Amino acid sequence: MKHKTFFWFVFPSVLAMLVFIALPILSVIVQSLHVEHEQVIIEVENCGPFGCTQSTKIDTAATEALRAAQPLGRWAGLTTYFDRGHLALAEVSAAWASADGIGDFLGQLMNLPFYKAMAFTLTYTAIVTPLTIIFGFAIAVAVNSVARMVRGPLIFFTLLPMIVTPLVGSLILFWMIDARGIIGTALQWAAGDPDLSVKASTPLMWIMLMVYGVWHSAPFAFIVYYAGLQTVNQDTLESAMIDGASRWERIRYVVLPHLMPLTTFIALIQLMDNFRVFEPIVSFSAQAHATSLSWAIYNDLGGETRQLSSAAATSVLTIIGVSILLSPVLIRTWRDFARK
Amino acid sequence: MTTRAQRQPLSLRVFAIAFLVFWMLLAAFPFLWTLWGSFKVEGDFFSKADWANALFGILTTSETGGAFTGQGYSGAWIQEEFWRAALNTLLVVVFVVMVSLTLGTLGGYALSRSSERYAFWLLIIALIFRAMPPITLVSGYLPPFFQYNLWGHLPTAIIVLVAINQPFTLWMLHSFFKNIPKDLDESAMVDGCNRFQAFRHVIIPVMWPGVITTGLFSFLLAYNDFAVTAMLLSKENQTMVPKIASFLGTTQTKGNVMFAVSAVVSVTAPLFLMILFFQRQIVSGLTAGAVKG
Repeated sequence: MKHKTFFWFVFPSVLAMLVFIALPILSVIVQSLHVEHEQVIIEVENCGPFGCTQSTKIDTAATEALRAAQPLGRWAGLTTYFDRGHLALAEVSAAWASADGIGDFLGQLMNLPFYKAMAFTLTYTAIVTPLTIIFGFAIAVAVNSVARMVRGPLIFFTLLPMIVTPLVGSLILFWMIDARGIIGTALQWAAGDPDLSVKASTPLMWIMLMVYGVWHSAPFAFIVYYAGLQTVNQDTLESAMIDGASRWERIRYVVLPHLMPLTTFIALIQLMDNFRVFEPIVSFSAQAHATSLSWAIYNDLGGETRQLSSAAATSVLTIIGVSILLSPVLIRTWRDFARK
Repeated sequence: MTTRAQRQPLSLRVFAIAFLVFWMLLAAFPFLWTLWGSFKVEGDFFSKADWANALFGILTTSETGGAFTGQGYSGAWIQEEFWRAALNTLLVVVFVVMVSLTLGTLGGYALSRSSERYAFWLLIIALIFRAMPPITLVSGYLPPFFQYNLWGHLPTAIIVLVAINQPFTLWMLHSFFKNIPKDLDESAMVDGCNRFQAFRHVIIPVMWPGVITTGLFSFLLAYNDFAVTAMLLSKENQTMVPKIASFLGTTQTKGNVMFAVSAVVSVTAPLFLMILFFQRQIVSGLTAGAVKG
């Protein structure tokens, strides 16, 4: 394809990505280095019958003018990154100095919003990703072993949790695990504790969020593995059997190697998606027990006062996190390409 | 045909079937339960006294006279004007799918036909963009959108969703176009077509299966989005998903959780139909990227 033709074909799509993905990333970086202007304070003298007093008041007009002149705010450098809402360097070093033992230090870290969000995001990603893969694989093997006739309906219902809007799917689960919902009541009965409530307990909330995560993404792993199982070479399986391989050996040495590249693919997609966990926290109203990086940004942006700089700084930190997660894949792709 | 290698001992079969029944319960039961419960009153949907109330609707019968009630639906759709949100969602979804497919087919076709280094890098950059959580981009949109008065309008959200959708659309269509033999358009070019004519007369007629599958996923992305639509749309332009989120804030205090429940069922219904009719395309779309490389 000629360079010029290629350019015109990809131009609209590249333009859209440049303006609405690449530029916003730059804008977020710039914004995170600025903070909103402080209000302009002026001193006024109030003179009454009992003499004059000095007082300060906010000069609204001057504040507006300053904000209009420099909409980005004033230059703040990296201060937003290091404040209490983000990396909280001062608080972390204070905690490090005062803490007795690593457990106490981690406990103090969990009181800082950024580390709390980071802890949940990482735990969620690290637990949900492998569970999704294992669970999806198990469903795929099971579906593959039943009669062809029932596979259609099985696939239909399996797709549901994945296709349904995350906010809606998590709400449906949330209503069921509510203390008055059916699963919530069953849990109370099983634990023998009529006051048990998922909403009130941090560990239970974490577990439910992760259960939702696996429920939501296992179908994706299932579909990919199921398609992979259809293409396993039957002749190889048969010859392995003739050579005396047991069932387990056939799975271990024929099927699993065939599915390995698929596992990499699923792991990559799941890492990206789990790292942005967000909607279930909104639906479960779990913010008291678990927050994620995406939720922290959403929280800064919504609400009465939009804290743009704070949201921008968290966004940049999230983007750095995503890049670290992606870097092994990128390095591998680069090596593959350089070899060609 | 079952070969000997596929045959399984009985115990394994029983285990597989038991596991599948368990999974079906897990996957389907929450939806059926919520669908059933959406026709009850709140006292039955959240029944503290006896869970079986939710099945038989004891309180629903005593409050409304029948075992089923449409109160939740009429409250959400008419009183809370959920129809407006549904209309907005329809507009957003239709335009996002049309625009992103138009841009995506052009770009995906070019990427599949070019073996240059920059085409490869474009795909890698698209992959990186795909990994960016949309909410991180939103904080970059807000200041300029406020400044130029673009915030709150449907077209803004549509364009943003199209752009966020592009990396995925490009990848998917790229892999579909790779499966259409190069000889097809190249022979058209030998016959005197230029590249665009070859695309127009030879590729467009055969590309529809891939485009429909990609369209389904663009639809899902636009329909399911919460981060972008919640932050970029004003209250009167809200789509369904952020509207449900706003129900949660306001109605829980008013005791009208049932509005949210029936809205949730209303949002799920079109998706249900979509899987029913397009199951094959969804499955092939999900596996296209993985199995073919």
